[in-house]
Amino acid sequence: MNLLHLTLTEQAVFVLAALVLFTSFALLAQARLLAAVHAFAWQGALVAAATALMAAAGGESHLYLSAALTLGLKAILIPWMLHRLIRRLALERHVESMTHPALVTMAGAAIVIFCYWVVLPIARLELAATRNILAISLSVVLLGLLMMVARRQAVSQVIGFMSMENGLFLAAVAATSGMPLVVELGVAFDVLVAAVLFGVFFLQIRDSIDSLDVDRLNRLTETELEAAEQEGER
Amino acid sequence: MSAASWLLALLQALLFIAAAPLLAAWVKRVKSRLQNRRGPALLQPYRDLRKLFAKESVVAHTASPLFRAAPYVVFAATCLAAALIPLVAAQLPTAAVADVIVLVGLLGLARFFLALAGMDVGTAFGGMGSSREMLVSGLAEPALLLAVFTLAMSAHTTNLASVIDYVGRADFALRPSFMFAFGAMLLVAVAETGRVPVDNPATHLELTMIHEAMILEYSGRHLALMEWAAQLKLMIYGVLVANVFFPWGIATELTPAALGMGLLAVTAKLALLGIALALSETVLAKMRLFRAPLYLNVAFLLALLGLLSHVILEVGA
Repeated sequence: MNLLHLTLTEQAVFVLAALVLFTSFALLAQARLLAAVHAFAWQGALVAAATALMAAAGGESHLYLSAALTLGLKAILIPWMLHRLIRRLALERHVESMTHPALVTMAGAAIVIFCYWVVLPIARLELAATRNILAISLSVVLLGLLMMVARRQAVSQVIGFMSMENGLFLAAVAATSGMPLVVELGVAFDVLVAAVLFGVFFLQIRDSIDSLDVDRLNRLTETELEAAEQEGER
Repeated sequence: MSAASWLLALLQALLFIAAAPLLAAWVKRVKSRLQNRRGPALLQPYRDLRKLFAKESVVAHTASPLFRAAPYVVFAATCLAAALIPLVAAQLPTAAVADVIVLVGLLGLARFFLALAGMDVGTAFGGMGSSREMLVSGLAEPALLLAVFTLAMSAHTTNLASVIDYVGRADFALRPSFMFAFGAMLLVAVAETGRVPVDNPATHLELTMIHEAMILEYSGRHLALMEWAAQLKLMIYGVLVANVFFPWGIATELTPAALGMGLLAVTAKLALLGIALALSETVLAKMRLFRAPLYLNVAFLLALLGLLSHVILEVGA
């Protein structure tokens, strides 16, 4: 399978898929929340553009609808909601202190190699010409997971979760030219509802522990109170 | 290879070395214009070099012979690297004798002696500059090599002329790997030539300087050689970016018309690159030194993604 045997549209899809992978790494390394939301919006827009191009290449009109849905939801609506939430929580200037950012990035690169190795037998099947993108989309899923593992800030964990969904969508579109429209609509609204619910959760978490650092959920409040009291006694 | 092509290669190398100060002056002039200043004339670096060559060179009494030898080694290694790069014509005998890895090695040799010379006299500034230079270059070199390997994997060769030939001849294709390699190359070029986000070439009165700190003890002809070598390095990276990624117009046959066309094309490309560099230097502020590893981490990541996307997307199963 050589790049030169593909049409220009398919090559453009490959470029977009590679850019989606790059935005995943940008999300992984981005310490500022607002910049991470912007990177997430760009990822959604790139996935939508790739879907639209695949629709043009394969002549499947229902893919245009999913592209529009992705653009509207993941590139505009959800980033806008996250944006508003961050402003409401007064986290615009929040910079997350990451432990070992370079190590996380290298782990991400290892994940990409692993995904390539896993997908290799699938890519040998004669699916669509765009099947090579499967490895990329699987990496986007696992990179989102890695982001959820590596981050302690609740908002960035949610962004990681949403970017996992981007990867799944890209995989579905690349391998089998999209899911049935009913499924797609269902998933899209699931994500939307999840975004709303997460917003409520953030407010709850902040009310109860006065921070969005989820590591603090591991500790029992009573022990902290006791520690504070002992501090006071001294 | 005939004598004529060797002569042409020699002429090309001399042209490369002679044109290097002009590129630096061009960048400086465009930058001045962007900042509403008039800026020095385009021939100013040549006047500076002539002045410095005429002056006596003062050497600290603690300096070892290495301090005196370093400017010559640095300049010679950089000139040799410049001679290997196809500037106007691709298929010259000099390009066939060495590949990209040798090129990176020559630049590494120059940097090694530069850093040694910085530490030789024993001033605080020199040692600081050397340690910073090594920090930056130690992180930039893997990214550069990976970007080069990405190109080499597509072209199936590490020879620069063959890579240029391959990129120039291949049918038009959108290659994600080239895109990433190009980004990585740009970031590395900016870091290696000591331009703004990493180092500021316009000052030697800052605690944060890198390159200027190392050559602070030099004067006279030694300083002239060091500065010329730095200008050459800028030109080397400029030509690498311009000719490897956009090889349009480079002469593939040795006829006068093709060579003239190649000269015109490379001049236009370098002028555009100079404008882009001046623009980015005007827009960006210098980073803190401890942000430089993050910056170079991005370059490395881009190069790695280029390599991976070549394997995953372009070769396929």
